[in-house]
Amino acid sequence: MQGRVPQESAAAQHGGTGVGSVSVNGRPLGLGPVGGHVTLLDWLRSRGLTGTKEGCAEGECGACSVLVARPDGDDRTRWTAINSCLVPAAGCAGQEVITAEGLGTVDALHPVQREMAVRGGSQCGYCTPGFVCSMAAEYYRPERAADQHATAGHDHEHGPNGFDLHALSGNLCRCTGYRPIRDAAYALDRPADDDPLHQRTRRPAPPAAPVTVTGDQGDFVRPADLAAALRLIAERPDARVVAGSTDWGVELNLRHRRAPLTVAVDRLPELRACTADDETIDLGAALTLSEIERRLDGSVPLLAELFPQFASRLIRNGATLGGNLGTGSPIGDSPPVLLALEARLVLASATGTREVALADYFTGYRQSVRRPDELITTVRIPRPLAAHTAFHKIAKRRFDDISSVAVAFALDLDGDRVARIRIGLGGVAATPLRARATEEQLTGAPWTREAVRAAADRLATEGTPLDDHRASAAYRTAMLRTALLKFFARTRGEVSA
Amino acid sequence: MTRTNYDGASASSLHGPLADRPANPAVGREVPHEAAALHVTGAALYTDDLITRTPGVLHAWPVNAPHAHALVTALDVSPALDVPGVVRVLTADDVPGINDAGIKHDEPLFPTEVMFHGHAVAWVLGETLEAARQGAEAVAVDYEPLPSVLTLTEAIGAGSFQGARRTVSRGDADAGLARAHRRFRGVFEFGGQEHFYLETMCSLALVDEGGQVFVQSSTQHPSETQEIVAHVLGVPSHAVTVQCLRMGGGFGGKEMQPHGLAAVAALGATLTGRPVRLRLNRTQDMTMTGKRHPFHAEWEIGFDERHRITGLRATLTSDGGWSLDLSEPVLARALCHIDNAYWIPDIEVHGRIAKTHKTSQTAFRGFGGPQGMIVIEDILGRCAPQLGISAEELRRSNLYAPGQATPYGQPVRHAERLTAIWSELQQRAGYLDRVAAVEAFNAAHEDTKRGLAITPVKFGISFNLTAFNQAGALVHVYKDGSVLINHGGTEMGQGLHTKMLQVAATALGVPMSTVRLAPTRTDKVPNTSATAASSGADLNGGAIKNACEQITERLADVAARMINCHPADVRFVDGVVTGIGFADRQLTFAEVVGAAYHQRVQLWAAGFYRTEGLHWDAERMQGEPFKYFAYGAALSEVEVDGWTGAYRLRRTDIVHDVGDSLSPLIDVGQIEGGFVQGTGWLTLEELRWDTTDGPNRGRLSTQAASTYKLPSFSEMPEEFHVHLFERATESGVVYGSKAVGEPPLMLAFSVREALRQAVAAFGPGGIEVDLGSPATPEAVFWAVEAARRGRPEPALAASAASEAYAAGNHSGAEVSAVSGSYAQA
Repeated sequence: MQGRVPQESAAAQHGGTGVGSVSVNGRPLGLGPVGGHVTLLDWLRSRGLTGTKEGCAEGECGACSVLVARPDGDDRTRWTAINSCLVPAAGCAGQEVITAEGLGTVDALHPVQREMAVRGGSQCGYCTPGFVCSMAAEYYRPERAADQHATAGHDHEHGPNGFDLHALSGNLCRCTGYRPIRDAAYALDRPADDDPLHQRTRRPAPPAAPVTVTGDQGDFVRPADLAAALRLIAERPDARVVAGSTDWGVELNLRHRRAPLTVAVDRLPELRACTADDETIDLGAALTLSEIERRLDGSVPLLAELFPQFASRLIRNGATLGGNLGTGSPIGDSPPVLLALEARLVLASATGTREVALADYFTGYRQSVRRPDELITTVRIPRPLAAHTAFHKIAKRRFDDISSVAVAFALDLDGDRVARIRIGLGGVAATPLRARATEEQLTGAPWTREAVRAAADRLATEGTPLDDHRASAAYRTAMLRTALLKFFARTRGEVSA
Repeated sequence: MTRTNYDGASASSLHGPLADRPANPAVGREVPHEAAALHVTGAALYTDDLITRTPGVLHAWPVNAPHAHALVTALDVSPALDVPGVVRVLTADDVPGINDAGIKHDEPLFPTEVMFHGHAVAWVLGETLEAARQGAEAVAVDYEPLPSVLTLTEAIGAGSFQGARRTVSRGDADAGLARAHRRFRGVFEFGGQEHFYLETMCSLALVDEGGQVFVQSSTQHPSETQEIVAHVLGVPSHAVTVQCLRMGGGFGGKEMQPHGLAAVAALGATLTGRPVRLRLNRTQDMTMTGKRHPFHAEWEIGFDERHRITGLRATLTSDGGWSLDLSEPVLARALCHIDNAYWIPDIEVHGRIAKTHKTSQTAFRGFGGPQGMIVIEDILGRCAPQLGISAEELRRSNLYAPGQATPYGQPVRHAERLTAIWSELQQRAGYLDRVAAVEAFNAAHEDTKRGLAITPVKFGISFNLTAFNQAGALVHVYKDGSVLINHGGTEMGQGLHTKMLQVAATALGVPMSTVRLAPTRTDKVPNTSATAASSGADLNGGAIKNACEQITERLADVAARMINCHPADVRFVDGVVTGIGFADRQLTFAEVVGAAYHQRVQLWAAGFYRTEGLHWDAERMQGEPFKYFAYGAALSEVEVDGWTGAYRLRRTDIVHDVGDSLSPLIDVGQIEGGFVQGTGWLTLEELRWDTTDGPNRGRLSTQAASTYKLPSFSEMPEEFHVHLFERATESGVVYGSKAVGEPPLMLAFSVREALRQAVAAFGPGGIEVDLGSPATPEAVFWAVEAARRGRPEPALAASAASEAYAAGNHSGAEVSAVSGSYAQA
């Protein structure tokens, strides 16, 4: 048997009581008095489920990866791998979680476990349960069969079985050098029809019922709807709003910050719409990046270029645009892209909603015009989209790194002249910003090597980069300059093609 | 499959020489890691997994000093005791024995002088981790800050050194340089490396029902952990038992550094009477524990008309951090590996250890070998274009030839394997076609260039310190024929236990399924050496084989009587016991064991092994410290984006010599993993300390996975081919095998040198390319910029080449004067 059939009825049994249970490996497990400070990882381990490991406690290494049952449309479930070190255990009330222990046993290995074991995919074994969970999520990914034909042999990041290696981009192994893990991933067949976890995907995911927990480990509330959430944060300015908790989890674990109240907005239906008309594309602020990636399916090329470079699959399965913009970090990867797309944000409070241009949103280091009683509900991208776009992320590591510089371009040409260009920058100032001087210089100018060189020199002067452990200020400045030159080279390729 | 006996070691009537394999051996089979099924199901237990099985555990949290160097002028623990859940605060006053975490008495466990940023001055025990942490925040400590030395440049300038200075020399380096046709000199400084074992340091200590102190520790050196715990507690070693179930990676980082942490846990357990868990989180582990030594190298080299090295003079300065730890043997190995695989007739290399206010740097896979070897590889990579030949030719033409010896006087046995491996690698990888393809690609692409490089490895196997080259094992055969083995080595993922099961099954002639291996404990096998120096399988395999052979020797007498043959003719294969020529008289192993029991024949044995033929004069740095050399070579191809300096590792081919592999799947895993880890050190992993005079001076700024980047999937070679060198029986080693843990790490030089080749392709050619280490995208970008300008220039940010050596900083600067004057700090 490859995993037990999860209990689906647990969700309805609690809500607002402060106690609940989580279906773990198919069995209900009482949460006990866990407050907002307790992560899913610590809770699992405290219950004797020590297969799930802590390697870094900041969502970088993936040793804590587990599977959770998430909605896939209205009537299906998607096994989704997340970093259990970052999410509050209380937020998992009523949910279904599978750990490495639940996928299979020593005597009855899950196909993923079998491939990993026989091919030398584990050495010290400490990262292995996390790898197994991330790999299992990709094993069950419904689109993998279709991708098998689309991507086979196309690059070094997709297997002949449609396996997307980016599914493992958030898992670090210090022993193997990854080759045997890649071989294990690429050797996986399709799930068997009678595989209980595969069968589980054909039924709806557990709903996210309201939860209220109080106690000395921090209060935790999952409000029933947006109105309740807005009321709560208006009353409690000390509340910490989390969606994927991929940023707050790091603060909690590494900087030992504690919030008296944690409010989870990740499953509020009002924040999870994705709609498009001729004028705009609206992205719900609490959709995970993975969900947006699937729903847009490449229809916004600049976002499609961003997603694979944004942290890791494990993080993208939790992280939201609302969170990436809400923290106001100058090195978030979505702001440069959304600035180039001229996105606008819908902010809601108990007293009403307003819309602000993202370019006017950031006011200082981790500061924005958003009031504490407001939530970002929607990220609104105007249409039509620019014809030529590019996202350049400069980092030490290609997978799962924080950018030292990020530059996004959106360009429309009128013949060989620049009709309109928008450039978003990250990592070069206290806030993400638009390179307005460069945009101005290029608008109406010929799209030629000479004009671009001159504009690149201008771009290099926008921002006030710093020296830090990621990069020197000189390198950041140089990267601003070469980004435009590289973009030019690429568009010339596109134009001539 | 029987092996020819190549060595002359004496053989008993029943057992051949150490290297011989019997029929159908379990060694040499491709078997998965013995715990693979436990790993993948999450059932494999690590030290911290034991706490939910241990009632009443207390948690420990350190009080970390916020200074690089300071005196503790006052320490008040009482505010911590007011924090709910805090049980006790441990300070120097609590130590009944010796307040030291090491064996050199320079590492106070509870210091009064803070020696690095994050140094723990006290430990708080709490009912929960949260309580202990809050208690640590409440401890009131007064500090008197003192001046600090952080960088190698500062240390050299201030004359801040520690430990012994050593010199390896042969012939007359001045004469060698004087007769050179071309001479070059330079300075090279390169970074260290964080181990980043996925499982951070952890100990769980308790006083057990027999009154002994029982410490479960993630340690590569249980015996030394035991000794340190005993001396801190002021009790004899027999009062302390240390067990290591397994480690989630070690890489040398758990050879010395777990001892003090285990001692704190043990001290807490004895004082409170409750189990104490001390687990460092990632930030604490990176902040508080030692790393690979960064080095500074200053060198001068000469080549003759045929590009042969005539002489080398160099001074290596390692950054030892605040205490000696293993810095002296690490330096010794660096000095013994600066030749890598090359014949250097006249040589003089000095070594010294800087004392800085940083973590105490320690063992890390390669143990100084990589730091020695990178110097010569860097020199050859820089000098080749100036000599007007390819780096491949320069390296190949300087490889050791049979009959030559190392600078420290050890004959380079099997030197012919170097050239054989080199040619086989080139042939397997299609070298000549690849060179042409890279040239064609580079001609067609202005902003993207490819590079191809091949580098060799020669790595000495054995502990430099001869006494460590011994091991013990315990083998029990039970009446039902099942077997339990214990040995002194620890399992950290390297597959040692798997190999030991194969060795035991081979030596006893039983199926692997009938052999179980129990966790490493100091009360089973005492006085063990660290599982280090790649020697785990050689040493412990020798000891297990010895124990098994004692048993089969006794069983052979029993079986011979049952079969009615001579004991020397008894054969043990796959659980079946036969006599030569008595194929119809087959007995099961269990039958023979049962008979032996009733005849009162001993069914267990303690095995022992000592590596023969070693000698080493540590003062003169001369002798034969190594049993043999492991050889290998790698060919790597990279592609560099000139816009950003970002690069991809397109393909790596490796031919590596593991002797006759004990366990091919394990060995290939070690080669691949070592290679990628070495690639991380050389290209990606960058330790940055705050070296400003600001309030955080001395703080490690890359103290988390988000700021210290390890290789991920995006750094592995897109194509990766590893081939084990064939017909490679190593005589005098267990079943003809060779050690494999460390040597492959240094195959990664091929990546760094390929990057240098690609960078050079952006320029006019014929000029030196100076590449920072690690060669991060930024370092590569600056090197590309310099190449495009057509002149060498040290990488702006990445190469921290010392300003004190500014004159020699433009490394590879050709020396025009014939004078042998040489700047010594």
